[in-house]
Amino acid sequence: MSADGSILTPVVDGPSATQADAGFVLKAWGWAWPKALAIVLVLGIWQVVVWSGWRPTYVLPSPGETLQTLWGMLGTERFWSAIQTTMIRAVIGFALALVIGTAVGVLVARIRPLRLAVGSLITGLQTMPSIAWFPLAILLFGLDEQAILFVVVLGAAPSIANGVISGIDHVPPSFVRLGTVLGAKTVSLYRDIVLPAAMPAYVAGLTQGWAFAWRSLMAGELLVIIAERPSLGANLEFARQFSKAPLLLATMLVILIIGMLVDGLFSSYARSMRRKRGLEVA
Amino acid sequence: MTVAAAVAGDVGLALPILSICNVGKVFGRGDDSTVALQDVSLDVAAGEFVTIVGASGCGKSTLLNLVAGLDQPTSGTMQIGARVAFMFQEATLLPWMTARQNVALALKLRGMPKRERQGRADELLEAVRLEGWGDKRPHELSGGMRQRVALARCLAQDAPIVLMDEPLGALDAMTRDHLHDEIEHVWRAQGLTIIFVTHNMREAIRLGDRVVLMGSHPGRIVYEESIPLPHPRVMDSPDVATRAASLTARLKDQGHAHVG
Ligand SMILES: Nc1ncnc2c1ncn2[C@@H]1O[C@H](COP(=O)(O)OP(=O)(O)OP(=O)(O)O)[C@@H](O)[C@H]1O
Ligand SMILES: [Mg+2]
Repeated sequence: MSADGSILTPVVDGPSATQADAGFVLKAWGWAWPKALAIVLVLGIWQVVVWSGWRPTYVLPSPGETLQTLWGMLGTERFWSAIQTTMIRAVIGFALALVIGTAVGVLVARIRPLRLAVGSLITGLQTMPSIAWFPLAILLFGLDEQAILFVVVLGAAPSIANGVISGIDHVPPSFVRLGTVLGAKTVSLYRDIVLPAAMPAYVAGLTQGWAFAWRSLMAGELLVIIAERPSLGANLEFARQFSKAPLLLATMLVILIIGMLVDGLFSSYARSMRRKRGLEVA
Repeated sequence: MTVAAAVAGDVGLALPILSICNVGKVFGRGDDSTVALQDVSLDVAAGEFVTIVGASGCGKSTLLNLVAGLDQPTSGTMQIGARVAFMFQEATLLPWMTARQNVALALKLRGMPKRERQGRADELLEAVRLEGWGDKRPHELSGGMRQRVALARCLAQDAPIVLMDEPLGALDAMTRDHLHDEIEHVWRAQGLTIIFVTHNMREAIRLGDRVVLMGSHPGRIVYEESIPLPHPRVMDSPDVATRAASLTARLKDQGHAHVG
């Protein structure tokens, strides 16, 4: 390179370690305080309602009592076995929905006649409340695991398929032209350009799919209770039948927290992807 | 046509590698249609460096799209005798890849084995003065840097015919001069055929064996002139400046003649 090249040579300077630490603490604080505020707000309102005496405390226990029950519950084997059953169902159901939804999405996005035939049906399925599937599912599969999985998949797969379809539809035409110019054939065009370009919409579809899967699963566990197999949904039903209000509310809290944690994982993945692509300011 | 033939004769070049014959391109239908190109004929000899200058909207990008096979002409015929590399007017870098990966993708799609790609991509980035920037993502680069990554990727395609649509528009004079040298070097070393679109008349004369002027409404070729100045040329030299002035005057005349 010629001498004047030095003028244009980049000076790359990494942030120092202390700066990075301070940045991390700041970031963690920025992430944590809105959530802490939300929790304080909810607990506060709840406590006020309890104090108002609107319902007797054996029906509506205070946050303190509920949290105490929750703490106690964490020490029981029944609780952990319930979590295990529920999470296994969630993972299997979501994985099935992922495979089916992705395959259907790619096919529908690629094949025109299929698109005309099935495109609006997928959106229709998405608006269908999953609980409405259960009577049919129970007829088809009996009061068994398959009935629950069936409904979880039907709940989640349409969102995932829609994510794939909208992702592929919104790939900028200039990227496809670039692929053509670079000599990409159908397979390489999809692998190297179309699918990566569709990723943000796909992950949005997965996030929504998870929310639907989790809702369907809880509906399923309330309706399809299998003997000797505790699950979070079954625990809810059990707590209601035996009028154990603190247990009921504690279980509800657990359901809420799990749903939010998984959603948080998806969102933070989506955010980091968008940041890498310069779609979102850090 | 006659001018092209004369040029090919002058320089003693081979048969045209690229032949555009009475090509027209109309976008849309009926009242809503735009005649982007009308009756365009252009022969380009193998190894020739043709520069195209014309006002915004006169159909330069449309012409390159046709040559690259990204769009079909409404009328006329085209014969393209080799693989075509294209550097778009917008950088069109893939945002999920680093600069190096963007260049390496072109190498991958032309079948280069994986272990050779990274080294070659770095060489190409160095040629466009981006050594040390390979790990950045497109949104972390300036507009001019993105253009240079696109230039490196275009060279990575290693095609005999190269189309460049205003590739150096966003660059400072110093980097641009360097890239002129670089493009000229690659052109000679690899015997490329280049069609280079620009708004800058001096740049067109600095680089081209032949300068083609295009007029608007409808888009067409209004004049072409071969540039016999010896290489290497300097953009600010009096020779280049004089020719640029006369060609610019001609382009303006043509524009007015048509409007008036
Ligand atoms: N896809 C399209 N659909 C309709 N009209 C188009 C399309 N592409 C280009 N045009 C029209 O064709 C004409 C030529 O466009 P083109 O992009 O080729 O111009 P250009 O010479 O490259 O201009 P610039 O120097 O600004 O890049 C313009 O009038 C434009 O509106
Ligand atoms: Mg253009």
